[in-house]
Amino acid sequence: MRRPHKPPALRHNAVMASRASPQRAVPVPRGGASLSAAARRELLAALAAALPADALLTSPEQLGPYECDGLSMYRQPPLAVALPHTAEQAQSVLRLCHAGRVPVIPRGAGTGLAGGVLPRADAVLLSLARLRRILRVDPLARLAVVEPGVCNAAISEAAAVHGLYYAPDPSSQIACTIGGNVAENSGGVHCLKYGLTLHNVLGLRGLLADGTPICLGGEAPDDTGLDLLALLVGSEGLLAVVSEVTVRLLPRPRVAQVVMAAFADVEAAGDAVAGILGEGIIPAGLEMMDALATRAVEDFVHAGYPLDAGAILLAESDGTAEEVADEIARIEAVCRRHGALSLATSRSEADRLRLWAGRKAAFPAVGRITPDYYCMDGTIPKKRLSAVLRRIAELSAEHGLACANVFHAGDGNLHPLIFYDANRPGDVERAEAFGLDILRACVEAGGTITGEHGVGVEKLDAMCVQFAPPELAAFHAVKLAFDPAGLLNPGKAVPTLHRCAELGGMHVHGGRLLRPELPRF
Amino acid sequence: MESASARLRDAVRAAAADRRVLHIRGGGSKDGLGGPPRGEPLSTLELRGIVDHDPAELVVTAHAGTPLAELQAELAAHRQMLPFEPPAWNGATLGGVLASALAGPRRAFAGGARDTLLGVRLLDGQGQTLRFGGQVMKNVAGFDLFRPQAGAWGRLGVLLEASLRLLPLPQQEQTLVLPMTADVAIGEMNRIAGRPLPLSAAAWVDGTLYVRLSGSAAGVRAALPGVGGLPLAEDLAARFWAACAGMPPGPAEGAAAGGTRLLPLWRLAVPPTTRSLAAEGEFAIDWCGGLRWLRSEAPAQAVRSLAASLGGHATAWLGNPARPVMQPLDAVRQNLHRRLFDVFDPHGVFDSGRFDAAG
Repeated sequence: MRRPHKPPALRHNAVMASRASPQRAVPVPRGGASLSAAARRELLAALAAALPADALLTSPEQLGPYECDGLSMYRQPPLAVALPHTAEQAQSVLRLCHAGRVPVIPRGAGTGLAGGVLPRADAVLLSLARLRRILRVDPLARLAVVEPGVCNAAISEAAAVHGLYYAPDPSSQIACTIGGNVAENSGGVHCLKYGLTLHNVLGLRGLLADGTPICLGGEAPDDTGLDLLALLVGSEGLLAVVSEVTVRLLPRPRVAQVVMAAFADVEAAGDAVAGILGEGIIPAGLEMMDALATRAVEDFVHAGYPLDAGAILLAESDGTAEEVADEIARIEAVCRRHGALSLATSRSEADRLRLWAGRKAAFPAVGRITPDYYCMDGTIPKKRLSAVLRRIAELSAEHGLACANVFHAGDGNLHPLIFYDANRPGDVERAEAFGLDILRACVEAGGTITGEHGVGVEKLDAMCVQFAPPELAAFHAVKLAFDPAGLLNPGKAVPTLHRCAELGGMHVHGGRLLRPELPRF
Repeated sequence: MESASARLRDAVRAAAADRRVLHIRGGGSKDGLGGPPRGEPLSTLELRGIVDHDPAELVVTAHAGTPLAELQAELAAHRQMLPFEPPAWNGATLGGVLASALAGPRRAFAGGARDTLLGVRLLDGQGQTLRFGGQVMKNVAGFDLFRPQAGAWGRLGVLLEASLRLLPLPQQEQTLVLPMTADVAIGEMNRIAGRPLPLSAAAWVDGTLYVRLSGSAAGVRAALPGVGGLPLAEDLAARFWAACAGMPPGPAEGAAAGGTRLLPLWRLAVPPTTRSLAAEGEFAIDWCGGLRWLRSEAPAQAVRSLAASLGGHATAWLGNPARPVMQPLDAVRQNLHRRLFDVFDPHGVFDSGRFDAAG
């Protein structure tokens, strides 16, 4: 779940920002010094000449809404915002900026949670939000060709008349754009069975930093040459600007049903998850919440979750009526075998939505019981769940901050929600330190620092924990292969080697501490 | 295993220092594919064995030289499989399966090699060991440099180890056969794929549409009327689909047995609803219409133009002497390829003969 509900995330971040800004250092270079006043005037005049009057914003009040994305603790107005109506206009923006050596930051709906589209003072923000035409839906070939600013949910709406839909469903799907989904390789509650954005994109048209058009993949499978499409998906806007996307559509399953099972503790629930997957079942959704999250949710939405449970598991099956009946019976049997305290299975669509309502309200529900929370996004091998949750509990005690856990249990993606109070001195810093410790624990367990939210500016330090210098150097070299002048969304997603060297004492890679002979406290 | 990796690393470093070219080779089962190899062989066969397989994780990690048969036996023992049904050619290794990204009939429904790949450890052209991706399904840290390793024919490095996403073996599979022409079959397979049925393959060979259903026993049984046709015996079906993974049986094979000269073989990837290419020599269709097998005496340039005009690409297959083997890239992508080769292989250590799309 990327972002179930906008207000709580904003609330968390807005409060953080009120303390932090403007003193809080933007974690990437702000820029601004490199561009002379004359060069700036020249660029703005050229952009104004190339774009319709409504497609260029330059006044402070116009720039305000673009100074951050979902990670609003960092804010910075850009030099200008370009809002092209067509890919040709977007190309003009890139060409002009490239000629003037001005950075460009591509942006979709700005729903990202990692600061991936945080502006710089010396950069043009290129919003693709107005490129929102659905160019073609081909029901026989089961695909849609859309512009990058098309909203995720709008694709499924357009395909519904054919009994088809676009499978990836990040929780921000009523707002986020397909171009942003490509940049972030977005997942969703159903990605265990239906895959990430990568698995559902057939082709891309894009623009390189200098405006050169590039066409990757398409309706024919397995493009010739290296699989550059797979490299572009998830590259956080550092390699190219997406100008058109061909997505795969799937037949809408006829039936969906969900089982809610309560367990005494997260270990038992984790064993049931292993049992379900080990049984050869791939549920459409498989979600877990710990006791703290369950209680917060039940107080808020009254979904019918038992309050004495140490953990709640939700397992959904979809498909034909026969497939679902068979799978649900097997899921129930596995849960009973693993000591479920109680089981409830949806018998109607209303039932199903009620059981899901709790999980979907987890973030806002937690927002009601803590002044602020900080949402983390690590992934771990599922078998390490108990150990990592124990470690989080220890860290919680060490940092003196509570933490609720919601978990995409099927794919190992953990969202610890750190409770803090931004009005209490030192809490913001403690929450961030706690968060980095959690990500470190995820890497030590064989996992990763971000399962779905991306690196952006938020996890630049955590990247130093996960990757060794030669790997980071390869990332930088690949960036320069696509963008030799380094102008597309510079400073995001990949930390400089220098930054990592400064963090160096704590470098952990692949579970191996560097310099293990040194004592650490 | 450490010592085998170290030997490969030393060999790559030495080749880089002397500006020699190395030709990475596993079991040699795909020697007949791709352009003619260049350089000295560098064997990955010592890198053998499964590193980690916990069935509940749906992930396996294995060394690149592990024989595909050994890997599949391990997975089958736990009722699991690789989703993309790679051809089980004699001697095939995991590294070669990934480097070639060959995929069988399930490709159209469960994704290809790159969709299955979760992470790799590889040696780049300077002998550095790099690790990209990991062992988990959701991972958006850093560029996904592991995915383009699938289908790179070793041009970006020597694969040492890979982690792959698995699927459970279906409880039941049933293949249905329906006699029809290729044109009718193309429409029919795409229409069936648009309905919520547990489909895992759709192919057409020699006047017959083959449709495979995979899933729970109840689900497969309930889906049968939605497809129609006659059930095919399990052993015949298994043999048919296994053959398709490499190359579907065609009338041309009969001609070969009868001593007739075979026309050059082409494998075309096209949009799945593309018309039948029977007039151009098409003898089999797989991947729900996305893969076409042709035997054609048309000049290579004509076959490539045909593929391009349809929005696809053509590869010269086993024994076809056309060069380059792969459909050439446009100038923009060729340029990007050269820069990426410079990143991973600045001294030109890895054989550029077989992977010839970039000129």
